[in-house]
Amino acid sequence: MFRLLEGPQTLGRGRMFWSCFLVVLAGALAYPLFADSYDVGNFAYFLIWIFMALGLCLMWGYGGMLSFGQTLFFGIAGYGYGVLAINMGGGTATIAALALSVALAMIAAGILGYFMIWGGINGIFFGIVTLSATLVLAFFLGQTAGPEWHIGPARLNGFNGMKGMDPLAVGDFYIEGSALYYVMVALIVIVYLALRMLVNSGIGNVIVATRENPQRAEMLGYDVRKYQLLTFVIGSGLAGLSGALYTSWGQFITPSSIGLPAAAMPIVWVAFSGRSDLTATLVGSFLLLFGFQTITVYSQQAALVLMGALLLATVMLAPQGFVLGIGKLVADRWRGRRRGEGAALAEAGRLQSEES
Amino acid sequence: MSAEVFSLFYQFADVFAFLILSAAGLAIVFGMMGVINMAHGEFIMCGAYVTVGLVNLGVPLAIAQILAAITAGLIGVLVEFLVVRRFYKRPLDSLLATWGLSLIVTQSMLLIVGSAVRGIGTPEGSFAIGGYTFSTYRLVLFGCAVAVLAGLYIIFMKTRFGVIARATMQNAAMAKALGARTGRIYAISFGIGTGLAGLCGALYAPTMTLIPTMGATFVVESFVTVVIGGANVLLGTAPAAVFLAMIRMALNASYGQIIGQIGMLVAVILIIRVLPEGLSSVLVRRGR
Repeated sequence: MFRLLEGPQTLGRGRMFWSCFLVVLAGALAYPLFADSYDVGNFAYFLIWIFMALGLCLMWGYGGMLSFGQTLFFGIAGYGYGVLAINMGGGTATIAALALSVALAMIAAGILGYFMIWGGINGIFFGIVTLSATLVLAFFLGQTAGPEWHIGPARLNGFNGMKGMDPLAVGDFYIEGSALYYVMVALIVIVYLALRMLVNSGIGNVIVATRENPQRAEMLGYDVRKYQLLTFVIGSGLAGLSGALYTSWGQFITPSSIGLPAAAMPIVWVAFSGRSDLTATLVGSFLLLFGFQTITVYSQQAALVLMGALLLATVMLAPQGFVLGIGKLVADRWRGRRRGEGAALAEAGRLQSEES
Repeated sequence: MSAEVFSLFYQFADVFAFLILSAAGLAIVFGMMGVINMAHGEFIMCGAYVTVGLVNLGVPLAIAQILAAITAGLIGVLVEFLVVRRFYKRPLDSLLATWGLSLIVTQSMLLIVGSAVRGIGTPEGSFAIGGYTFSTYRLVLFGCAVAVLAGLYIIFMKTRFGVIARATMQNAAMAKALGARTGRIYAISFGIGTGLAGLCGALYAPTMTLIPTMGATFVVESFVTVVIGGANVLLGTAPAAVFLAMIRMALNASYGQIIGQIGMLVAVILIIRVLPEGLSSVLVRRGR
């Protein structure tokens, strides 16, 4: 089973790659020992969004389904966690709330995905139908300010957002600060490795085959719709995991984390990083989140302008993604293939032309 | 009795005008080039701001609206030349590029002009039928929507440009081989599309609050209309708007705006299951 950690669908193999992986992991684990708790909390905040990015990478990069609905499922699970945590009370029940809210997001993804995939909706329409659903959810939640909008004791509160739910807890122990950080790191390692195994497995190969040519995959005897639905549910479920963790992290969620411009963020992360590889997405998303947060302190608008500019620059200059391109360049250098930058760039160009 | 009938028609006309005006520009661009312009909402916003700016300078409303539509159209031609042109072979990338553009424009506007601009208020004027009063301006909007449809019909069906444009739509390479300057056709069509978006913003500017994010109010309606309309936008958009307006009107009347919008979305999701190619596919089949 662990053989599947490496394979044709993922970059990075061999001793070199995995020792880098272990060094980064060790650094991540040691980090709270050196940093103050405020920084650790911030770091945990960046990590929240990684799941969503990995989910989109799976759907878009591997499955060829460009979903603009990551924040839709983020919102469903985020609000779901809030409602469940308030209704079921704090303590260990919050773990159940987390699991249930992610399941809720996956069920929603299953329903929406069924209609789109069995209807045969393709590329562009897939994007705008998911985005329409996302915006409608944001508008709906935005007008739930009145006291009549409540589920049990949980008030939805319109644009001001829902608050007052307990954070994740085991018994009396709240999972906050460093503890939350370690939970996040563990979850990311699990999700990252599991996704690597998934895409290198037989299922993953069918998913990629469907991306390359749905008719051909179908002729080979696979019901591609089932594989697409599976991809969509997993990818959206990961967005849901981000959502539930986000609500638990800040004990707060508003419709603005669902609507525009939030819905564009996962697209920017994954496009910039390089959608066709999980590792590139992991690294790139983290870097972008870090940069974004640093600029947001001064001006949120400026940070969003930069995000838009990055998206535009990515599709115009490096449609495969910047992080992926640089990573490939470094890897080629490392292997001592003295082909130089020119050859590597030429290869990147060749890959692009194949894409189009 | 006639007052009730007219009231129903009035509500239908209101929603229909909103759907047609917000979707027409998007549909033209999609139909011609297979590109969904994610910055559509920002062109609407542009039209609204130019209108309000000109009116505040003392320009009469109607002239300001026409100038706003022209401005949006010209900016659209520029955007086509600088950005969209590169992506005709990669429609998904054009989606991302225009979305990036939309983020840049919205957030820059927030930075530069701030969140709210003084509006100009809906033009006065109402009339009464039976016990009900109706705003004249809403009927003007309906008239404009019908005029837009008629104008598009004339441009694409009765002019030389329209013949070449439809030829390009059907088979760009062949049209090019026959001497059509497809690049220019694309630029003009994109300009018409964004100009119509500007017109939508200009027409709705007096009725709503001006904020840089106002484009988002229109995009859901324009998206779903184009999705339901299907690939042949010249044929599909108007029936799609009629159909969606019926659903929306029924739900708005009994449950309010937001349920109307949700109902419309649910209808769209159910319909794409049965008719993934949209209404125009049915109409095309009927026509043969």
